[in-house]
Amino acid sequence: MTVVARDGDAGAAAGASRPAAVTRLFASMAGLDTLSKIWWTCLSIGLFAGIWELCWVLGWADPKLLPPPHIFLGSIAEQGKYFNTATRWQVGQSMNEGPTAFESVMITVGATTARVFAGLVIASALAISIGVLVRYYHFFDKLVLPTITLLSPVSPIAWLPVAIFMFGIGNAPAIFMVVVALFFHMVLATISQIDGVSPNLINVARTMGATKRQIYARVIVPAILPGMLAVLRLNLFGAWMVVLIAESTGVGYGMGQVIMLARNTFNPSLVFFTIAVIGVLGFTFDWLLRLAQRRILYWLPDTKEKLRVL
Amino acid sequence: MSSDRAPHFSSKDAVVCRGVGKTWAAGTKRAHEALRDIDLDIKPGEFVVFLGPSGCGKSTLLYLISGLEDATEGQTWSFGDLVETPSPDRSLIFQETSLFPWLTVWQNVSFGLAIRGASQAERRAVAAEALQRVGLSAALDKRPDELSGGMRQRVAVARALAMRPKVLLMDEPFAALDVQTRARMQDFLLDVWRDSGASVLFVTHHIDEAVALADRVVVFTARPGRIKTVFPIALPRPRNLFSREVEAIRIQLTELLRDEVDRAFAEQEAIPA
Repeated sequence: MTVVARDGDAGAAAGASRPAAVTRLFASMAGLDTLSKIWWTCLSIGLFAGIWELCWVLGWADPKLLPPPHIFLGSIAEQGKYFNTATRWQVGQSMNEGPTAFESVMITVGATTARVFAGLVIASALAISIGVLVRYYHFFDKLVLPTITLLSPVSPIAWLPVAIFMFGIGNAPAIFMVVVALFFHMVLATISQIDGVSPNLINVARTMGATKRQIYARVIVPAILPGMLAVLRLNLFGAWMVVLIAESTGVGYGMGQVIMLARNTFNPSLVFFTIAVIGVLGFTFDWLLRLAQRRILYWLPDTKEKLRVL
Repeated sequence: MSSDRAPHFSSKDAVVCRGVGKTWAAGTKRAHEALRDIDLDIKPGEFVVFLGPSGCGKSTLLYLISGLEDATEGQTWSFGDLVETPSPDRSLIFQETSLFPWLTVWQNVSFGLAIRGASQAERRAVAAEALQRVGLSAALDKRPDELSGGMRQRVAVARALAMRPKVLLMDEPFAALDVQTRARMQDFLLDVWRDSGASVLFVTHHIDEAVALADRVVVFTARPGRIKTVFPIALPRPRNLFSREVEAIRIQLTELLRDEVDRAFAEQEAIPA
């Protein structure tokens, strides 16, 4: 009986022949693993920041154009004020009224994150439904697939005027931009995931008398789930990219507005600070999604581990 | 084509093929004939092995009998009913693992019942019984990726048995297993077959496997596959694969197969690169 041992099993097996202290050490290995991951993340980012700082020390990076991390992060309190784009432009409002710098950053981050999230949810729900329908109904395939393929290479920038024509300003055009940027690719990705389902699994269901609807609900949808989560992860970054473009126009407040403000007022520190905030947000979202992926898709083999030993 | 051949058979026969043929991608440039003129009668409870060189269409015939693929010529009946669609009466077991990786072992085994809307308690009971028959009661709550290749194929057999099929179609089910495991699985399959009373149609290109298992061996020609001969093996089971009778049968089957393998090779070499 060759049962694949998981982490817990390995620890238990080792415990049988080793002293208690070693066993405890093995049990804490999971924690050590996380620690080492954090350490490597810090090292990776620290190295990048270090090279930048070195360029500043050597005088290659002009602090007025490429301010190194200690400068743009050092002025957080001051830069944070600019995040209050919503009230700053109101007539008769002085720079020092309204929410504090920290509150402004949080409001802006919250607004942008909500737009990314809303756009991602709407785009995936629509795309997966349409993708499944395309394969489910042959006439639907012939009817909509050419249009979807035609529209999928169009850059999100081209949709920007359309978003404003249709939705004016506010949250709606920004969310529309995220949806339209992701939707077409995600439909095509869903279809290719469905086409990749092992025919054996479908044949098994057929020989057991499953109807077409049952085959889709019980075989095809669970079988494409791993691939769809990977697609979702990739599109998460796409959503973060496009939401900035959308916000740089008519939306009252958001990270895109801050970037535009920084551009118009020639404030590189604000640009880099905003980039850093977006980076942290994207990183956190990706981490959460990976965590969810491991929870939902417990049956997937760990290919990464196999590649590591090569 | 089959009109001149009246379906002359007993409606009690497990599987009857008359003039069955299959051309893949028929009517296109890539069309190739996989099977031609298959006439076959399989009795209930009979163990029949399809033996032939690789690519001779023996697996194709299995798919036609299951109803997963449509024949381009002729017709197939099972217990008097024309085969048009797949049916739970004819379970197919594949060479590769075909378990659903997101379901536990018992959920896999009772998948067919879930489709019919059976209650969870009933499904679990049926799965437990089927798994007991294949000696895997302990694996009830495991996931497929926690099992070895041989265990997975036993779960696949249990899943097929849970449907109480009258015909068990097996497409080289043990081909991916090592030699020792394969021998054990053959013994296991014979036990299951005896218990279930189902007919088994078993595809293989291993002569030893055919000799160990079959009541009758259907030997196929190279492509397009036709029935070269039907070879009965009347030896009692369990068979001693080193006995003189078995050796004689093995030599005869080897000779029957050799011409066809040579022909298949010659054909493959003739294909321009």
